Amino acid sequence: MVRQPGQGQCGVVEVDTDLAVPGEAAAAVAEFVSPAAATPRGGAVELRGLTKRYGDDTVVDAIAVSIAPGEFFSLLGPSGSGKTTTLMMVAGFVRPDSGAVLLDGADIAAVPPQRRGFGMVFQNYAIFPHLSVFENIAFPLRARRWAKDAVATRVGWALDLVRLGRFGDRHPHQLSGGQQQRVALARAIVFHPPLVLMDEPLGALDKNLRFEMQVEIKEIQQRLGMTVLYVTHDQEEAMSMSDRIAIMNHGRIDQVGTPGEVYERPANPFVGRFLGEANLIEGTVAVQSGDAARLLLPAGQELRAPGGGGFGDGQGMLFIRPERIEIRPGTVAAGDPRHNVLAGRIRRCSFLGNIRRYAVDIDGTAPVTVDLQNATSGAPLPVGATVVLRWPVADSLILPAEL
Amino acid sequence: MTASGTALRPFAPPAAKAPRELTPLLLLPAIAMLVLMFLVPMVLFFVRTFMEFPGSNADFVVQAGDLLFSQPYLTALATTNWIALTVTATVLLIGYPIAYYLATATGPSVSVVVLSIVLPYLTSLIVRTFSWMVLLGEHGLINDGLRAVSLIAAPLTLMYNRLGVLIGMSYVLLPYMVLTLYAAMRGIDAAILRAAASLGASGFYTFRRVYFPLSLHGVLSGALIVYILSIGYFITPALMGGQHDIMIAMLIDRELEVAVDWPAAALMSLSLLVVTLGLYAAYYRVTDVRRLIGAR
Repeated sequence: MVRQPGQGQCGVVEVDTDLAVPGEAAAAVAEFVSPAAATPRGGAVELRGLTKRYGDDTVVDAIAVSIAPGEFFSLLGPSGSGKTTTLMMVAGFVRPDSGAVLLDGADIAAVPPQRRGFGMVFQNYAIFPHLSVFENIAFPLRARRWAKDAVATRVGWALDLVRLGRFGDRHPHQLSGGQQQRVALARAIVFHPPLVLMDEPLGALDKNLRFEMQVEIKEIQQRLGMTVLYVTHDQEEAMSMSDRIAIMNHGRIDQVGTPGEVYERPANPFVGRFLGEANLIEGTVAVQSGDAARLLLPAGQELRAPGGGGFGDGQGMLFIRPERIEIRPGTVAAGDPRHNVLAGRIRRCSFLGNIRRYAVDIDGTAPVTVDLQNATSGAPLPVGATVVLRWPVADSLILPAEL
Repeated sequence: MTASGTALRPFAPPAAKAPRELTPLLLLPAIAMLVLMFLVPMVLFFVRTFMEFPGSNADFVVQAGDLLFSQPYLTALATTNWIALTVTATVLLIGYPIAYYLATATGPSVSVVVLSIVLPYLTSLIVRTFSWMVLLGEHGLINDGLRAVSLIAAPLTLMYNRLGVLIGMSYVLLPYMVLTLYAAMRGIDAAILRAAASLGASGFYTFRRVYFPLSLHGVLSGALIVYILSIGYFITPALMGGQHDIMIAMLIDRELEVAVDWPAAALMSLSLLVVTLGLYAAYYRVTDVRRLIGAR
């Protein structure tokens, strides 16, 4: 099943690596990518009850996930949550204790890593230090015994794709971290794998470069229509790039969903907190009638949320993102059926550039965090000021208390 | 309070730094020992023998030329070189798989192999050479064993010839090669090998294109150190070699002990020393000695 270049629907344009000008490069990419390559080339992945134990320690605990062809899917979780082990089981470097990995419906348990044909990008790049950039990228093609001309053409294409057109002769130690990461990326996609696995590929880069590379990886993924399984502990990275995210914790998947779903409707307090700042106001879930739930705070205040969570009476938490809360000086006025209101006093104000973050003391519960866009506010509210917090009931969510 | 705090601060960094500046002093005993017991005697040996040379300077040059182009010296030079190269190649061929095993395998078997390589290293060279003689002799274990199972009729000549020298020296020098290679192989990032596999390379292809090239500086270092040690070898060829297996070190010994020709011995020693230092310079260039001993 080796894909030969210069055959099939994907035409090949001769591009001299060293002399490639941007126009030609763009044409080469466009030629290669459209129309056939832009449609998904298979790469549907299914994990069925995948489990890995080291001694008594269950690192990955019966996870089940279905990834569609052409999907950008992230495994997000703190270190030790089992996400890299999961990736290594898909790659074939770690043998699962039970469960299966299916590629386009076929179990690949018996297929060794070098025959799985997945592209892989590692955190520390893992590029071959003794080979030039060109030879690094040519490696998977030479391992597949491609003809010399075909190798040159395809490597030229990949170099242009990651904007390293004139770096073919360089050696890895002459490149910056970002450039080395591009080489690793080009090497992983040059043989058109249906699935590319990425293990914290941007972890070693500084923040600005990381953002740049996120955009680039996402663009390349969409152009080529490849499936990407991406491992990261950075929730912003996962949200900005992914079609869907699986949040992992202690070897289990806590929740799978689009970035919007997992951010707005977390399945539990851990997911809520892991994806960004979250207020989790503890109280007693007092009444649940119809599609409305009530949460009673220890000091007597009452908060409401849409029901449907299906939790019985008892201890619970009301989840609300800090940016959804309005803050204004004054005291609580008459009730408003569509909003939750809490009286408080400003304890602290932190300036974070684009936002101002207030910590507000509330009677009988932990301080509530409120984020205010810097654009809207004039002078910041003074510490100690009596304020009212107000947010839509519809944005609130009742979550079960943590065990 | 604050005043005394700031007043004290300038004194703090020198106090913290002082031990660092003094650390080279810890080398003093070692340096003193090297100078007194190695450098001084060697220099004195050279200076005295040349000072005591009876003839003029011109005579000295002529005699030195005669010596260095004399048949025994050239023969010993060729023999030494041939033995050193063969030993280096043998040790590399045997040592590379062992080092590869050590660098890649895990579990208790690794310690067993390491121990069996390092332990002989710690026992006396003469004891080890004699034990080989017990094995290889005309009525040694190997010959007796082979005759017992009727594989051979007459005993093989495994000793007192070139083969005996090669076997003995290869055995003694193997640990140097294995440990040097092992250090180089341990420096190869496992992620790189995984990357190669993920890119579709077979085990052999990965070895040929990635692992071996990355271990090459270890091969070079190991070969140089074994070669350097080989050309100055004395005991093993003296005990296990035949009468035609005269190496430079044995020639020097003969000049000192039998001919009592100190200038000749000094001149040969000097030539050996120059070659050794030259090779060591090359070794130093290709080997990061600090990394070899695990320093960061």
